[in-house]
Amino acid sequence: MSKLVMTEEETMLADMARGFLDGAAPVAKLREMRDAGVTHDAALWKEMADMGWAGVLVPEEAGGSDMGFAAANVIAQEMGKTLAVSPFLSSAVIAATALRQVSDARAMAALSKIASGEATYALAVDESVKFDPDAVQMEARADGNGFRLTGKKQFVVDGALADRLLVLARTADGLTLFDIPADRAGVTREASNMIDVRDAARVTFENVEATGEDVLGAVNNAMDVLKPALAAGQAALAAEMTGLSAGAFDMTVEYLKERKQFGVEIGRFQALQHRAAHLWCEIEVTASAILNAGRMLDEDAGNAEMAVSLAKARATNTAILAVQEGVQMHGGVGMTDAFDMGFYMKRARVSAEWLGDYSYHAEKVAAARGF
Amino acid sequence: MVENTIEAFRAELRAWFEENCPEEMRDGGLTEGAICWGGKDWVFTSEAQKLWLERCAAKGYTVPTWPVEYGGAGLSREQEKVFFEERERINARSPLESFGIWMLGPALLHFGTHEQKLHYLPPVARGEVRWCQGYSEPGAGSDLANVQTHGEDKGEHWLVNGQKIWTSYADQADWIFALVRTDRDAPKHKGISFLLCDMEQAGVETRPIKMISGVSPFCETFFTDAVIPKEQIVGEENKGWDVAKYLLTHEREMISGGGAGLSGGGRPLGAVLADTMDVLDANTRADAMRCEIDALAIGLTLERYKDQSEAGQGAGDASAMLKYMGTELNKQRHELMMNAGGSDALEWDGPLGNRAGDWLRTKANSIEGGTSEVMLSIVSRRVLGLPA
Repeated sequence: MSKLVMTEEETMLADMARGFLDGAAPVAKLREMRDAGVTHDAALWKEMADMGWAGVLVPEEAGGSDMGFAAANVIAQEMGKTLAVSPFLSSAVIAATALRQVSDARAMAALSKIASGEATYALAVDESVKFDPDAVQMEARADGNGFRLTGKKQFVVDGALADRLLVLARTADGLTLFDIPADRAGVTREASNMIDVRDAARVTFENVEATGEDVLGAVNNAMDVLKPALAAGQAALAAEMTGLSAGAFDMTVEYLKERKQFGVEIGRFQALQHRAAHLWCEIEVTASAILNAGRMLDEDAGNAEMAVSLAKARATNTAILAVQEGVQMHGGVGMTDAFDMGFYMKRARVSAEWLGDYSYHAEKVAAARGF
Repeated sequence: MVENTIEAFRAELRAWFEENCPEEMRDGGLTEGAICWGGKDWVFTSEAQKLWLERCAAKGYTVPTWPVEYGGAGLSREQEKVFFEERERINARSPLESFGIWMLGPALLHFGTHEQKLHYLPPVARGEVRWCQGYSEPGAGSDLANVQTHGEDKGEHWLVNGQKIWTSYADQADWIFALVRTDRDAPKHKGISFLLCDMEQAGVETRPIKMISGVSPFCETFFTDAVIPKEQIVGEENKGWDVAKYLLTHEREMISGGGAGLSGGGRPLGAVLADTMDVLDANTRADAMRCEIDALAIGLTLERYKDQSEAGQGAGDASAMLKYMGTELNKQRHELMMNAGGSDALEWDGPLGNRAGDWLRTKANSIEGGTSEVMLSIVSRRVLGLPA
């Protein structure tokens, strides 16, 4: 195992990402998008692709930068600090990792389109209010040499605008993962009006035709391909949430230093100092779990499950604490739309649910620890 | 190449532990009664305990990272990691624990002269001299720098008068390192010296304090015209606060690491609870899961900070954070263990041994070495830059 520190390359990547995102994707940008009613910025994604971010997990022979999971986490963490909007997690992390498990000619072609930013993906798993891939019921009925998909998916993040969908469905003897174009006949997408202003959709499949070509990995063995992809996505999402926590925290500490009540900066009050200090401690501890998840995925992916769930469980609790404390310490203005804290709070709530909530991941850790 | 070297080192250690660790010393030794504290008056609990200490001391393995000339084995951080992994692999007890190892050692290695290190450290490493810490006073708790114990300059020595409190195991210690005010006119932090005092003299007396856990690990220590020769100062005169602070960071790391059960031998909390509670009820289980998640993450943070400091990246006031998080967590763990033990846990020396005593002992974790509130204030001031 390598050391639990950021490498020089990762530090440079973080600095570069920070510089870029502060200019191109500050929270003000999210506010603009919200006000304009848009959930995707194609030009921004193209720029990110040009910097190698879309291909962060794509092999070099497919045009990617192939920097690894820890690096993907670094990028996600910086995006989280200013709530940058992009299909990074869905396309560059989850879909790229899934396709990479297959890496035949077709997958390599798809990976190359992800890396260039030409194609975006969304993962369609959830069928009820909670994430539970093993419980997926949507049917992929055998039909001749292919399948017919019928059912409904919800909380398909990036799903209203994605070019392609990764769809988890039940086949005769297990679960199968399909990779189909989002505009295939029988697919109906209804954009969800999300609290965090991001793209998500409810997707209905009505007798949608899928061939053997559309199966990613082996029939009845979706998890061979999907499990690593989910782990990568969960880790990167945890990293994004930790960036979000840090962003909300920095804003809050700045406010404590500026805001005056009773004639002094409120940051002089011990009650608030201790709340802020406690929050910092929680964020520091969570940051270690994030680094560890990246390290495990890069160096011992087969045994990374607990590390990933630990990261997501911690990141979820920390982010929820960070935004609640953020609002509380801002007082009344923290509740107003004019202040940015509300954006952080809403994004934290959505991220808390996505790819498994605290309980889901806590159970995974508990199972790994034998109880 | 480096990988080969470290693997060879691992193989060598593994063979050494297998060959040298007595069978009776392979039980993890996590209970208070299993600890070997050493010192002039130490009575070994078994021949195996004595043998294990002697064998480890001969190799420098009681203080593996200290330089060889001061009684250590001179291991690098990477080797140290392997050392503890291999020691835990056979569940070997720590051969020796002491305040000399945890606290005085790091302070002397940093601030002491070569002669002082040569004189004081090897007996600590061999378990021959037991040290205690004279920091707190009745009027100097969280306000630690408010030290009143006074050292009067008598030319060749200081004549020391005053009282220390919470001096752990002072009644069994041979020497004490103490904060003593050597300049009453200087500002609070600037008139303190860090002195080493032989307790085997008429002017030093100790009295145990009975605690809520029923035992007396802490003492009051009284100095009445005690003599401390001038060469027994660590660092410069009146600059003892720097030494004190440095030592405190080590103390805090020790309390947080040990406290969270992270320094090895730590069985999963769920397994510990299941020893006494066949089926964990939903609330206990949920609390245990949260504790386990936090313990794992704090353990990783400990690892990260060690790696960072070795990589030359500063870790801020990490020890305050770790101390706060680790001790608060440890209290929660012990509450859960009491809960899982139910009525069996309520008896002194009952079916669960000293579980109640251990539980009560943890309540001091978030007070000793700086309270949780002091830790949060340190973070607030030094890390967040909030105004005092």
